[in-house]
Amino acid sequence: MRLIVPLQGVVQGRGGLILGSLIPCALFYFFQLYVKRHRSPKSGSNHISPSQSSPNLAELQRSSSRSNLSSRGSIGRVQVSSRASSIAKPNDSPYYIGLDKVSEDAYDRFDNPDGVIQLGLSENRLCFDLIEKWFSENLKDSVIGSDGGDLSISGIAAYQPLDGLMELKVAMAGFMSQVMGPAVSFDPLQMVLTCGATPAIEILCFCLADPGNAFLVPTPYYSGFDRDVRWRTGVELIPVHCRNTDNFIISITSLDQAFNQARKRGVKVRGILLSNPGNPVGNLLPRETLDDILYFSQEKNIHIILDEIYAGSVYGTEEHVSMAELLDSDDIDKTRIHMVYGLSKDLALPGFRVGVIYSFNDTVLVAAKRLARFSSISAPTQRLLTSMLSDTRFTLTYINTSKKRIRKMHDLFVAGLKQLGIECATSSAGFYCWANMSKLIPSYSEKGELELWEMLLNIGKINVTPGSAFHCIEPGWFRCCFTTLSEEDIPIVIEGIRKVAETCKSSS
Amino acid sequence: MQKRLHYLQDKLVMAIEIEQPSAHVGLSKVAVSDTHGEDSPYFAGWKAYDENPYDELSNPSGVIQMGLAENQVSFDLLEEYLEKHAEASSWGKGVSGFRENALFQDYHGLQSFRKAMASFMEQIRGGRAKFDSERVVLTAGATAANELLTFILADPGDALLVPTPYYPGFDRDLRWRTGVKIVPIHCHSSNNFQITPQALEAAYNDAEAMNIKVRGVLITNPSNPLGATIQRSTLEEILDFVTRKNIHLVSDEIYSGSVFSSSEFISVAEVLEARQYKDSERVHIVYSLSKDLGLPGFRVGTIYSYNDKVVTTARRMSSFTLISSQTQHLLASMLSDKKFTENYIKTNRERLRKRYEMIIEGLRSSGIECLKGNAGLFCWMNLSPLLQNQTREGELALWNPMLHEVKLNISPGSSCHCSEPGWFRVCFANMSEQTLQVALKRIQNFMEQIRERDGNLVISSQ
Repeated sequence: MRLIVPLQGVVQGRGGLILGSLIPCALFYFFQLYVKRHRSPKSGSNHISPSQSSPNLAELQRSSSRSNLSSRGSIGRVQVSSRASSIAKPNDSPYYIGLDKVSEDAYDRFDNPDGVIQLGLSENRLCFDLIEKWFSENLKDSVIGSDGGDLSISGIAAYQPLDGLMELKVAMAGFMSQVMGPAVSFDPLQMVLTCGATPAIEILCFCLADPGNAFLVPTPYYSGFDRDVRWRTGVELIPVHCRNTDNFIISITSLDQAFNQARKRGVKVRGILLSNPGNPVGNLLPRETLDDILYFSQEKNIHIILDEIYAGSVYGTEEHVSMAELLDSDDIDKTRIHMVYGLSKDLALPGFRVGVIYSFNDTVLVAAKRLARFSSISAPTQRLLTSMLSDTRFTLTYINTSKKRIRKMHDLFVAGLKQLGIECATSSAGFYCWANMSKLIPSYSEKGELELWEMLLNIGKINVTPGSAFHCIEPGWFRCCFTTLSEEDIPIVIEGIRKVAETCKSSS
Repeated sequence: MQKRLHYLQDKLVMAIEIEQPSAHVGLSKVAVSDTHGEDSPYFAGWKAYDENPYDELSNPSGVIQMGLAENQVSFDLLEEYLEKHAEASSWGKGVSGFRENALFQDYHGLQSFRKAMASFMEQIRGGRAKFDSERVVLTAGATAANELLTFILADPGDALLVPTPYYPGFDRDLRWRTGVKIVPIHCHSSNNFQITPQALEAAYNDAEAMNIKVRGVLITNPSNPLGATIQRSTLEEILDFVTRKNIHLVSDEIYSGSVFSSSEFISVAEVLEARQYKDSERVHIVYSLSKDLGLPGFRVGTIYSYNDKVVTTARRMSSFTLISSQTQHLLASMLSDKKFTENYIKTNRERLRKRYEMIIEGLRSSGIECLKGNAGLFCWMNLSPLLQNQTREGELALWNPMLHEVKLNISPGSSCHCSEPGWFRVCFANMSEQTLQVALKRIQNFMEQIRERDGNLVISSQ
């Protein structure tokens, strides 16, 4: 407690000097004494903070786990781990703020035309009609997938192999072959299934690196990697910056530089994490680049994790070269190559949680199989998807139709942006385009970019994701997902951006 | 490779010989260590079963699996429900139902499912405790829930105190990726392996002596492998202890629905409610549908925490272990059907109790006594009078012929870190009654052989 006692007004006249200083001091000390006696219990004492002490259960039940953290400061006296403390912090990333804004005020053509249009979710909603049709035709009885006769729940209720049913692995291997092109085949025995690609990446990181080690990752990159690679593993992510001039394709020079800089710092680089197709750019790594990276990893004796989760969503004319294709030659040490796949993007089933680790390293497979127990796929879902993926006629039709529809939306959207003078990077895959709005940002900096993002959100009424959320080194780039839109929404989005562009022009 | 002194420094644990990978490129310590503990006899027995599984018709001389705590006694109830309620297992006629579900990957989980879980947990406790669906965090199984909580409550090098004997899987689930240690709270048969305040203090002091920071106590209630509930007074003592030491309490209550008589199970939630939730922010409950509902394949677990920060963090971390939205949808209907759940809980209890009585009687007539149990899918059998040596080796010397000659896979107490040799966990709910009878007959024959071998053998009862 500090009180600044203003002596000026009191010190008037001769005697007043003494009184003028004594009285305020006395008052001050008495005041402090009073406060000490009547202070409410510190959080460290035996009393519970008011919000917890009420025996009224209703209050306990009303406490929302999301909102309470910031208002309460340190909750209770018992500590959580330092790992948890950093994770518990309120999430101020624009990615999440934008998502929240949309859920509070979601655009609807009829009910809420002034709402915010979602372009921040990389989800493919263009082909649900196909999947729904498949379900209505094939799912005779239950969501458990009766496949003709055995309704017995004991078949799927019991403990299953925790790294996935062999039938699903076989079906998945077939599906991945379809997706990655006829030149590639996958061996179910080299597969570990997990509940989503998120745990797949984390498990690989646990297997390939120790706490304090690092992975090199080209920017811009999927922001989820910050969580998947770093949270619980203690592994570091070292960004290797890519630029528009290189079409955001990684160069060996920059990889080498980053590797050496890390070594100087005393940080051991254990591998490279790549996304191919890329997120957020949607670009494809050329065959020569992949070859070069393979060679580089061999030279440095490190691993490569290849996230190919958008491999089935390539709509452009460029070819997607799966890492699996390059491993046919004998002079490559396959034990350093590991792939991640999943059904959240290509098959638009993120809720079902299906991910794949594919590796040529037996030790990694053994460890990953054991670790998969913490992230197993629910058995009814495995059975359902075994059915679906085994229907190769359906999957082929689905993949081809999906590509066509994504391409259509892409072309319309990019053309619309072009009309406003906004160029996009060349994308051949994924659900988004990587738009260069640097001409519109108030200042060529991350701050300027975030200001533009807010304007797009509040004035343009669209939620796009700013490049800084993906660690892009060049300000002004935005990822715009268009597969959650319908064709009619595109002009409205373009109009919103135009409004913001006007505002920027008038203010500059 | 049995490591009873698993609380020793990391270096010692890692010094145990492990085959190095032949690959040129290096792997992490997690990948090459054997902290997963899967080389213990607990798992070796499973291997023997996998290679020669018993089947009533096709392989009547095979190994009977009595080491797997799975509940198969009430499948018919589940099947009946699903047959009658087709709407529960479909997404409905509307287009949006399926679409929404397929897209739903929110780590908050389906609200309807969370509510259903909370209400199911209340029913199991006879309504004696209330659960707030906002505090339910979903994970793909209790295995994931226990690991997640460990990540959240402790840093690498810290420890959790766990009473012995305990579920062998904890060595892996609590320690492997987390880098957290387990310091045992030693319990003894002299008081039916109950946790005492002295034992709690001793364990805490053990940790302190090794300069290890204790972050919490993890209890299983009802206990695995004891098959018995923890008494109210003990729960009170444990709560007082963790409050005094300012540490956490995790109560793994995955067998709470498998208590033979409802009134005998006291959940820590009830004790907290009676204390008006004072100091409750240090308590976290783990639950799952793998045991009570017999659905381990579905991978459904939950963390229920009275601590907001833990709830928030656990939610976010559950991204690594989300339950399929399809499964959430399916189970939400089933678990909200109060009529179904009430009948299920009651019937399941009754059937388990009958099984328990069957096995206890069968064992008793062979001259074998078990710890008095009142819950779970197994009994805790005392074969210590049969041991040639009252040591771990003596126990394994008995376990080996049990597995390879009698062809029963039962779990040796040493795998559960029991401080006294000679105890075995025997599961009874993962087979038909006929198979159980076959197993009991084999045990009877085995005991007769031993009596002949040893002459006058007096089996003392505990």
